[in-house]
Amino acid sequence: MSSNRNDDWLRDSHTFSKPVIAEIQRAAREGIYDIRGFGAKRHIPTFDDLVFLGASMSRYPLEGYRETCDTSVTLGTRFAKKPIELKIPVTIAGMSFGALSAQAKEALGRGASEVGTSTTTGDGGMTPEERGHSDMLVYQLLPSRYGMNPDDLRKADAIEIVVGQGAKPGGGGMLLGQKISARVAKMRHLPEGIDQRSACRHPDWTGPDDLEIKIQELREITDWEKPIYIKVGASRVYFDTMLAVKAGADVVVVDGMQGGTAATQEVFIENVGIPTLPAVRMAVAALKEAGMHRKVQLIVSGGIRTGADVAKALALGADAVSIGSAAMIAMGDNSPELDDEYRKIGSASGYYDDWHAGRDPSGISTQDPELAKNLDPRIAGRRLANYLRVLTLEAQTIARACGKSHVHNLEPEDMVALTVEAAAMSGLPLAGTDWVPGRNGY
Amino acid sequence: MKEFNLDQEEIRGLNQHLHDMPSTDPNGSVTVTNPAGKHALAVGIDTPAEVTIEGHVGYYCAGMNQQATVHINGNAGPGLAENMMSGKVIVSGNASQYCGATAHGGLLVIRGDASSRCGISMKGVDIVVGGNVGHMSAFMAQTGRLVVCGDAGAALGDSIYEARLYVRGSVANLGADCIEKEMGEEHLQEVTELLEAAGMTDCKASDFRRYGSARQLYHFNIDNAY
Repeated sequence: MSSNRNDDWLRDSHTFSKPVIAEIQRAAREGIYDIRGFGAKRHIPTFDDLVFLGASMSRYPLEGYRETCDTSVTLGTRFAKKPIELKIPVTIAGMSFGALSAQAKEALGRGASEVGTSTTTGDGGMTPEERGHSDMLVYQLLPSRYGMNPDDLRKADAIEIVVGQGAKPGGGGMLLGQKISARVAKMRHLPEGIDQRSACRHPDWTGPDDLEIKIQELREITDWEKPIYIKVGASRVYFDTMLAVKAGADVVVVDGMQGGTAATQEVFIENVGIPTLPAVRMAVAALKEAGMHRKVQLIVSGGIRTGADVAKALALGADAVSIGSAAMIAMGDNSPELDDEYRKIGSASGYYDDWHAGRDPSGISTQDPELAKNLDPRIAGRRLANYLRVLTLEAQTIARACGKSHVHNLEPEDMVALTVEAAAMSGLPLAGTDWVPGRNGY
Repeated sequence: MKEFNLDQEEIRGLNQHLHDMPSTDPNGSVTVTNPAGKHALAVGIDTPAEVTIEGHVGYYCAGMNQQATVHINGNAGPGLAENMMSGKVIVSGNASQYCGATAHGGLLVIRGDASSRCGISMKGVDIVVGGNVGHMSAFMAQTGRLVVCGDAGAALGDSIYEARLYVRGSVANLGADCIEKEMGEEHLQEVTELLEAAGMTDCKASDFRRYGSARQLYHFNIDNAY
């Protein structure tokens, strides 16, 4: 059979690329926006665009195996009677029982506790497994208030008021019916199997002045013992941080757009919010302007993957970082050993992001009891602890190379930017120059 | 009986005293005078105490209450009895926005009017309002019962789940997925019991109409998205 077709003449459109065409076709076929888990996948400026300068003639480094490089962090020193003492500057971000299996929540607690850091509840409340296996547990107060009760509030080591999330600043939540098991439904006071909507605004306060009074109430209920965090999705970070300080936060958590989610619209994940890189600088600038840097602690999250990311966030002025997606991957999510299983459900290891669908063969983002059995909380907890240790060792390695005896001694002066965009966003000079875009009239 | 005069004593002392009371002592009682609209009064109680506040209170009075009976002889600011778990909160006057928000249990009685978002995201509480309720009341209400002896403002029961709403007067309009439902014998009985518990026996259950979820938003449907 002859054909005039010659593939050499086929030309891809940049505007209408194959994925764009496929999405238009899918939308026309299904009539619903694409919902998925994970964080932003598009290319954005990240900590990869920064490098450390390391010791040189004018700075001297610390020996890797002999000289101490402290990694401890204290959170909640402003008002709380019982601040949280972490051994490492990496915490586990809020992920709900509902989005994750009970086994996964237990594994998070085991892994975090093994290395002396905290884990965080999520929408849906606190499970006994999670409390029992987490030495330090942060209890989230979310707009839905699913599972919120004063007994668990008193059991928590800290309280995190969630105003927003990096994957969807301004958005609420959606837990699809297939993950609303009998237990999840009971904890949330909802009928089993329905699509569960989480509100995007808190039901009993509006704006920072109200929030200040809300915080007063939470402190009174818990006798001023617990540190109170305010978590915001990175958007107007400078003002949000200022207002969080004004409202009385002990700790501000800023979550960049790379931050993961269990289920959000793709259009939201990729197009709302700003990257973690500029968000850190903006938050630190606000804390310094308010005279509260290091007095109100800053936790940064969203796309933290390596000890280098940890070190860079701290060098820009954060007190700690938080991980969610990376913790799931460390526990076994997207494992190549499960590639066949992922392919059976139309994905592949390294690509799986349908965390909302409840069919996760790793047993992490599911409520299916059979799938959940695939995750051994002891093994997954150990893998998470290993990963947290590596993050910490890597951050220490960099800090020592910069001559720092505590990871908090890292400073912006230790870094330069590799791209003009990263220089502008981070406020660091472009490598090989003293040029910071936007400063001194340039 | 212990008395706290908030002209002279701090809120912290009041709440700490309430928290230190034994959780099983049925005889505890506390009177609070000169509340002067102060916030976070009598919050986080977990004892069957009788607390009486003589005057107006600010935000979040009786927040997260467990077991206690809190009487407010005055008006209440926003977030009254938010996330209450059990016990009873009674206001002689009016209540501001979002009273009973997300409350899981117990009985909240407002003898006057309740402002907007009364019973927002309620999760099992019973609320009886002697007067009217404002707009968006029972928004996303999950379970529990709201009885309104007066009128209801706009968008009553918007996006409601399984809570049951009873209104004696007019309803400005119903929110998304909220519909009027038949008033059966069990519902008449339920309203009668709630009115009795609230001490509002001058109302007849047969004068009320019932509203609840059409359950059309329980599963995402593109045709409901606009």
